[in-house]
Amino acid sequence: MSVAVADLGRGVDAVSALSAERGRRARRIRRWKSVGAACIAVLLLVWTLVPIYNIVMVALESKGDVFTNTIWPDQPSLGSFWIVITEGYWYLEHFWEQFGNSLYIGVGTVFFTLAIGSLASFAIGRMRVRYGWVLSNAALLTYVIPASFLAIPFYRIMQIYGLTDNLWSVIAAEVTFATPYAMFIFHQYGVSIPIELDEAARIDGASPVQVYWKIYLPLMAPALVAVGTYALLLAWNEYLYQFLLLSSKESMSVPVALAQFFNSDEAPWNYMMATAIVYSIPPVAIYYVFRRRMAAGLTMGGVKG
Amino acid sequence: MTTQTLDVGRPLLRRRPLRLPWRGGLQGSEYAWAVAFTIPYIALFLAFVAYPVAFGAWLGHEPSLYAELAQDPIYQRTVVNTILYVGIAVNVKMFGALLLSGFFMQRGWWVRALLLVFVLPWAMPALPAFISIHWMLNGQWGLLNNFLWNVFGIDGPGWLDTSRWLALGWVILSHIWKWMPFWTVILLAGRMAIPQDLYEAAEVDGATGLTRFTHVTFPLLANLYLVCTLLSTIFTLGDFNSVYFVSGGGPALSTHVLATLGIRNAFEVARPDLGVAAVLTALPLMIPLVLILMRKLRTTEVTL
Repeated sequence: MSVAVADLGRGVDAVSALSAERGRRARRIRRWKSVGAACIAVLLLVWTLVPIYNIVMVALESKGDVFTNTIWPDQPSLGSFWIVITEGYWYLEHFWEQFGNSLYIGVGTVFFTLAIGSLASFAIGRMRVRYGWVLSNAALLTYVIPASFLAIPFYRIMQIYGLTDNLWSVIAAEVTFATPYAMFIFHQYGVSIPIELDEAARIDGASPVQVYWKIYLPLMAPALVAVGTYALLLAWNEYLYQFLLLSSKESMSVPVALAQFFNSDEAPWNYMMATAIVYSIPPVAIYYVFRRRMAAGLTMGGVKG
Repeated sequence: MTTQTLDVGRPLLRRRPLRLPWRGGLQGSEYAWAVAFTIPYIALFLAFVAYPVAFGAWLGHEPSLYAELAQDPIYQRTVVNTILYVGIAVNVKMFGALLLSGFFMQRGWWVRALLLVFVLPWAMPALPAFISIHWMLNGQWGLLNNFLWNVFGIDGPGWLDTSRWLALGWVILSHIWKWMPFWTVILLAGRMAIPQDLYEAAEVDGATGLTRFTHVTFPLLANLYLVCTLLSTIFTLGDFNSVYFVSGGGPALSTHVLATLGIRNAFEVARPDLGVAAVLTALPLMIPLVLILMRKLRTTEVTL
């Protein structure tokens, strides 16, 4: 028996020694982990910020500085931004008009995407119109066709419609590519709204238009915000279709003007980068403001468990 | 809820839904309204999708066009570039996003702050970002070579205008830089949706670290990862901006991909039929992808 007790004692000692060893190991691992995490964080920061640093640096350079070997301008100045804002260079003489065009395209795209997408989703998902599945498949198919692959015939079609160099041709293009996504999100979100609400309203004598306007749309508000933000950013950021469809300086949008600037031989890079920054600020601001609401649309469902 | 989601997009005959919305079916004027609500979308689809697709197919229907393409050395290089570009960019980007989404699962204010910075490339428009990268890589005045010269005393090469492989490599890197944040956010959302008690149960069973990833996280993420990879393949195949603004197809037209070559043929060479034909040669790759994707997107609750 005494042997057994002694054994037990030794056992306890061994266990406490083991747990102390384990604690040390765990601390060591934790330290290495945090060092590793810090390294990854620094690498990620550098990776992400270098091109952004470059754009800001060039924009802050004064004219003579662009073609030098410095990695920070000798005399940083906001002069380029002033030139952009006051349209003080011949490439920028229509800057605010072009900015307005971009805005016009964005607002038009948001409106038509929301209207067409929500009407179709209401008919397909809530009213279950016959052959609705054909439409959702058509939308899905459009979603997975790369837009750039359709650009050539699209351009010819717009010539046939007589819409070249017209902002509405661009709006049509952006709505075409934003609506499938809208229908996708609306459908998923609509599933979470009880159908009994529609039925109750219907029994009370509401017409489909009233159900759509007074019940469906108000309850869909979060999805509408998410999709609206998506459509606005899509229209603001898209380049290829705007480049193909808009040709005159008065009808150009900002990205087209910027690319024209980029392709010209004599390029004042500091003005161009300043233009690029002014052009980037609205979408980045909108993104950060609506991030959570967009995420609500983006992550709904997420994965199916 | 789930059954309804699964049902949509399929003929109703196949499985009877548990509850019929608008019980008793649509009556009289209601049916007319439902049809009227779909008309704007039908019109949009016919005018701006179906018509251009049919027109494109008609433009590219001549077999001689494909013979012409096959003999064109630019086209041959383009095909190789497209395969490399899509294959490398998609896989590196998605695998990186998978790892980074795990990194961003950590707690702490600095992780959240870092995520906010990390998504900046995605939040900003493509054009300014790629223009900046283009100038950064300029052999004479770009930031990269200035840095190499000032810090190491090395005279860097012209990154975009001397070698095809160098330029293509930078295009791929730029694409990854721009799009990895987006997929990281999506996969992060996928990871967050995994219930915590699964991990607790796995820990009781002794799964930690790598086993936890291979036995709990990955099986649950696998479907999402697959769908994201397929979608990303299609998006990358259609990506025009990265190539057009970073390398511009140069040096000597050696880094074009199908998306940019199609536009070049159609608008710079003024041969729309040849441009459409170049794009159409991506169909053998596209069709299986699209079919699998449509199936997957209909039956999974993945939202992008």
